[in-house]
Amino acid sequence: MITKFQVALKNLQRKKIRSLLTLIGIALSSWVLVSLLGFNHGYETALNKDVDNMGFQLMIMAKGCPYEAATMMLKGGTGLRYMDESIMKDVAKEPEVEKVTPILMTAVFDPNKGESGGIAGYFGIEPNSFAEMKPFLKFKQGGWFTDTTSYEAVMGFEAAELEQREVGDMILMPEKNVEFKVVGILERTGTQDDGTIFIPLKTTQKIFNRPAEITTIGIKLLKGVDSGRLEEKLYQLPDVQIVSLAQVKETIMKLISTAKVMVLSIAIIAILIAMVGVINTILTSVWERFQEIGILKTVGAMPWDVFKLIWIETLILCMIGGVLGIVMALILARVTDMVIRSILPYAPGGGLVLIDLKLIFITLAAIIGIGLLSGIYPAWKAGRIRPLEAIRGDVG
Amino acid sequence: MNENGVSIATTNLTKVYARGNEKVISVNNVSFVIKKGEFVSIIGPSGSGKTTLINLLGCLDNPTAGGIHLHGRSIFGNGKRLSERELTKIRRETFGYIFQNFYLIPTLTVMENVMLPLTFYSKTGTENGAYNLLKLLGMEHRKDHLPGQISGGEMQRVAIARAMVNMPEILLADEPTGNLDTKRSEEIVQILRDLNRKVGLTVIMVTHNQQLARYADRMFEMRDGGIYQIDSDRDCVNEELA
Repeated sequence: MITKFQVALKNLQRKKIRSLLTLIGIALSSWVLVSLLGFNHGYETALNKDVDNMGFQLMIMAKGCPYEAATMMLKGGTGLRYMDESIMKDVAKEPEVEKVTPILMTAVFDPNKGESGGIAGYFGIEPNSFAEMKPFLKFKQGGWFTDTTSYEAVMGFEAAELEQREVGDMILMPEKNVEFKVVGILERTGTQDDGTIFIPLKTTQKIFNRPAEITTIGIKLLKGVDSGRLEEKLYQLPDVQIVSLAQVKETIMKLISTAKVMVLSIAIIAILIAMVGVINTILTSVWERFQEIGILKTVGAMPWDVFKLIWIETLILCMIGGVLGIVMALILARVTDMVIRSILPYAPGGGLVLIDLKLIFITLAAIIGIGLLSGIYPAWKAGRIRPLEAIRGDVG
Repeated sequence: MNENGVSIATTNLTKVYARGNEKVISVNNVSFVIKKGEFVSIIGPSGSGKTTLINLLGCLDNPTAGGIHLHGRSIFGNGKRLSERELTKIRRETFGYIFQNFYLIPTLTVMENVMLPLTFYSKTGTENGAYNLLKLLGMEHRKDHLPGQISGGEMQRVAIARAMVNMPEILLADEPTGNLDTKRSEEIVQILRDLNRKVGLTVIMVTHNQQLARYADRMFEMRDGGIYQIDSDRDCVNEELA
């Protein structure tokens, strides 16, 4: 016996180009939808990972724009401000604080970076407190510096790959013409640490002529403490600003919300266009088969049978289009990632477009739901065709 | 009315159409009885109401007045109108249809076209009927062909197989040879005659071809919406064949 599904499928094959164009329309909207949802999900996940992997919940920085400072911390950059490292001792005394770590962020111009040179970030750190803040850091080779005044370096995974260095190799700090011995290479973390070169704090202060100065204090809080109260107390310290990473997260999410709204609008427009395309294709196909549909009723099809037949055609188009769109989104996720990265003012490390199984099912369900909705009118029209009118050829 | 052996009967069947402000009586007070297993042909000039009558008989349309009895059961009567759903139910249980234009689905093979009615409704025992019908009509070698790959005569054979697949009690044929040459026309009518004789199928055929109409047991002529039985002692092809 021939099933309604087979009849519907064969009908779609009748006008191949038209069916193909409709499929492309559905696939494109499915691609946009899944990429958008994947971006929403991926960006938040990547940002959370980036912020959480910093290992601390609060940062103290010299006064300036707090968001610029936070971005610098996450992304690296120039235009740094400095504070006295003695502040660290006052901060560590606070009862809410579990650990503190000093960081001296520095940036030099590396003429060999990229096509026309670029900024290379060197973080002066104290290995003991820094490593305690970031227990997830694992070494691919070697380990931390032997002391805080040595000329040794620990390279992030990507930095080592870019510079093609291994433990025991020397690296030259551009501008300052100082050589460091690579003593450790970190495993990939998917964060900004991958592109960073860590050097001892004291050595950094000496090279950059910033004795007893630092740019940042990372603060890890005790579990369950009220960070708001601590922030209030820390604001009493002169010439510093407190950056809560929860606020940073929130602010960055707010900044990209405009981009999200724009992409969402594009997705909705794409879906509406696809819907109109589906309605047009199926409706045209119904009018073209006016007599055939009438004959189906003559040979025993009930109005609901015809409705289902037309609806199945819509369902087939939407399912194939939806799956194609999802496959496109998966294949082109990296390209989408790169495009979004080039548009956004700040993008965290790791994949920005995260497409998981749940998202795939949600998108497919949405596309099929929209398709079925689009199919209602043509299917209803087809179900109402009277066989007598069809045989007479009274199209309308 | 003695209902024994009656396949379909009409009483004062009337259909009036509105053409602008004018009312056209297409079928006018038609009453006749067709027995089970009878082969009846209806002839008449264009516009005489033949097709309207066969559409009413086949429950493709509601009459304006009068009634139809199917095996003694009243279908329309006392001005009762049936919904499309009710009409479909009667159609698929009782009738098989063939038309001048065959109306095969071009994307389905011959076999699939024949099986199409079973997709929507299937009487018990019809599951393997499609192939047997094609074989009976000499079309089994064409079962995998598309309608566009076979001749007009073959297409009408396929349409007959499709009409027969659900074992209807009455086969309605509206100008079944209208698109065929003389030789193929005779072949098709002969097939209808054979089905009528071998299976005991009631056949009602509308045609403008008097020669083909004479294959029937009884001949009616329609004029201006009225129906008249042609003299029964005419030369009957069936009698000649017998």
